[in-house]
Amino acid sequence: MPEHESAGALESPTHAVRDFLRRRREQIAQRWADEPLFRTVFTVSRDEAVEAGKLLVDALAQVADAERVEDPDAAGFTEVREQLARMGAARTRAGLSTTQVSAELAALTRPVENLLVADLEQEPSERLRACATTLSVLMGTLRLVAMQTALTEVQALIDRQRLQLLEVATPVIKLWDGIVAVPLIGTLDSARSQVVMETLLNAVVDQHARFAILDITGVPTVDSLVAQHLMKTVAAARLMGAECVVSGIRPAIAQTIVHLGLDLGTVKTRASLADALGYCLHELGANIVNAAPDGPGRR
Amino acid sequence: MHTAAGVEARLPIRSDMDLVWVRQHVRQAAALLGFGLVDQTKLVTAASELARNTLVHGGGGLMEASHVGSSGVDGLRLTFSDTGPGIADLDRALSDGYTSGDGLGMGLGGARRLVHDFHVESAPGKGTTVRVTSWVRRPPRAGGAV
Amino acid sequence: MNEDFARRVAGHVPVLRLGDVLLVTLQGDLHDSTAHQLQQDISETIVRSGVSGVVIDISGVEIVDSFLGRVLAEIAAQTELLAARTVLAGMRPAVAVTLVELGLTLPGLRTALTTEAALELLAQPVVSSRSGGRREESP
Repeated sequence: MPEHESAGALESPTHAVRDFLRRRREQIAQRWADEPLFRTVFTVSRDEAVEAGKLLVDALAQVADAERVEDPDAAGFTEVREQLARMGAARTRAGLSTTQVSAELAALTRPVENLLVADLEQEPSERLRACATTLSVLMGTLRLVAMQTALTEVQALIDRQRLQLLEVATPVIKLWDGIVAVPLIGTLDSARSQVVMETLLNAVVDQHARFAILDITGVPTVDSLVAQHLMKTVAAARLMGAECVVSGIRPAIAQTIVHLGLDLGTVKTRASLADALGYCLHELGANIVNAAPDGPGRR
Repeated sequence: MHTAAGVEARLPIRSDMDLVWVRQHVRQAAALLGFGLVDQTKLVTAASELARNTLVHGGGGLMEASHVGSSGVDGLRLTFSDTGPGIADLDRALSDGYTSGDGLGMGLGGARRLVHDFHVESAPGKGTTVRVTSWVRRPPRAGGAV
Repeated sequence: MNEDFARRVAGHVPVLRLGDVLLVTLQGDLHDSTAHQLQQDISETIVRSGVSGVVIDISGVEIVDSFLGRVLAEIAAQTELLAARTVLAGMRPAVAVTLVELGLTLPGLRTALTTEAALELLAQPVVSSRSGGRREESP
């Protein structure tokens, strides 16, 4: 009889697995330390890999203790998520595909299973099978958690880079006292137009701009979604007390807008950035007495 | 989970004074979780719309705020529940311009556009529960332009 | 008189008179009842004093929901009926973005970046267009 059996009553397979994990913590960690996933990530020393392995075993035991072997959101996993993320990220950086990382994670199961089988040799085969099944479910959940974590990290990285790119791609230029412009280049999707809108509106406040010009010369196509974003920006600027002019509407785009039946009725448009600037200066000039004798840039 | 204390809350919605508490709590919770200024404002506004719905149409109720998410993505979930008459025609209630009380008819439909996830459960006589969730857009650098 | 006083205490928004213009500064989080009270106070003050313009400075307001949006729109419509013009000044970018997303663009409302700009706008002669002095096309 295995030494952990107590009081005659059989424990649930889940708790048997928990006890096994606690009992064999050291050995499991030692064996994992030799697996590529640990060996290549924890390069400082083998002890480091063993320690990381122990942490993982502890997490698994905790999850088994809570009888939540099938639940990736079990509390026990929370503490190892960061470590799993680090391992996944390191392997991805090393050039492994997601499938390969997943295979490496799967490879962690075999050594543990071997230990379990050796441990429960004396038990009835049914019991052994039940425990082995529980263990493989638990390891499967761990794999899921690891992949989830890795994907989230990758996504976060992509999001960060995208935002960075958006900010870089959205310069605000002060054209004149009270006139700012944002030249847009490239496709306008929801996230981008959000950044454009916020950047432009903040510039309006910072620069006390009564006029804001959105130049879309570099925007390849205007569909209904883009038109909607433009109108939202114009509407928000108006609420703040500024007027937004959309410039750079090329003939092809004008044609598309008409074809699609888009209503840009509330939006002031001009063919070129120069035209838009002319309009704004004229408006400013008309409002500032004696600003310029002949109305600058009037078209 | 050190932020939980400032985020988790159950606030009654019984008077227009309570609306102020709801807005203040959501503002504080959103700031604590790291929402940017615009997203904070959207969340607070959505909360204000929904809390007012709870008060005006539901005859009062409750808002529960909780921190959701794991693996590095934080979210704020707000649940507004009442035991009022419920909504018979949800599609209509969610369409713009529909109103049965005070306001411009932007309540539900408008609030939906201000959050990432929007879920409403209601039936005549069964009360209404609206659950909204928004996620923190991780800014690339601390104290960005927005 | 007493009633008037009680109302004034309940509604914490002071309505200041600057020459021909009423200046209202909204700050922080407004109660619904305070907003309603303000709406009434402005109309009454216009009738009493005969001013021709109202500037509502909302630079200190962190959120405008559909209720407050409606109150502001109604104030503007009311003052129009009383032959005065209302300008909403200093709306924060985050508030503007949110209002637009909410679907409230308040089309009839005059707006200005700051209180000074609003006063300038009111100092200009009345233009034919009802909404927004700078809206019409120049040749």
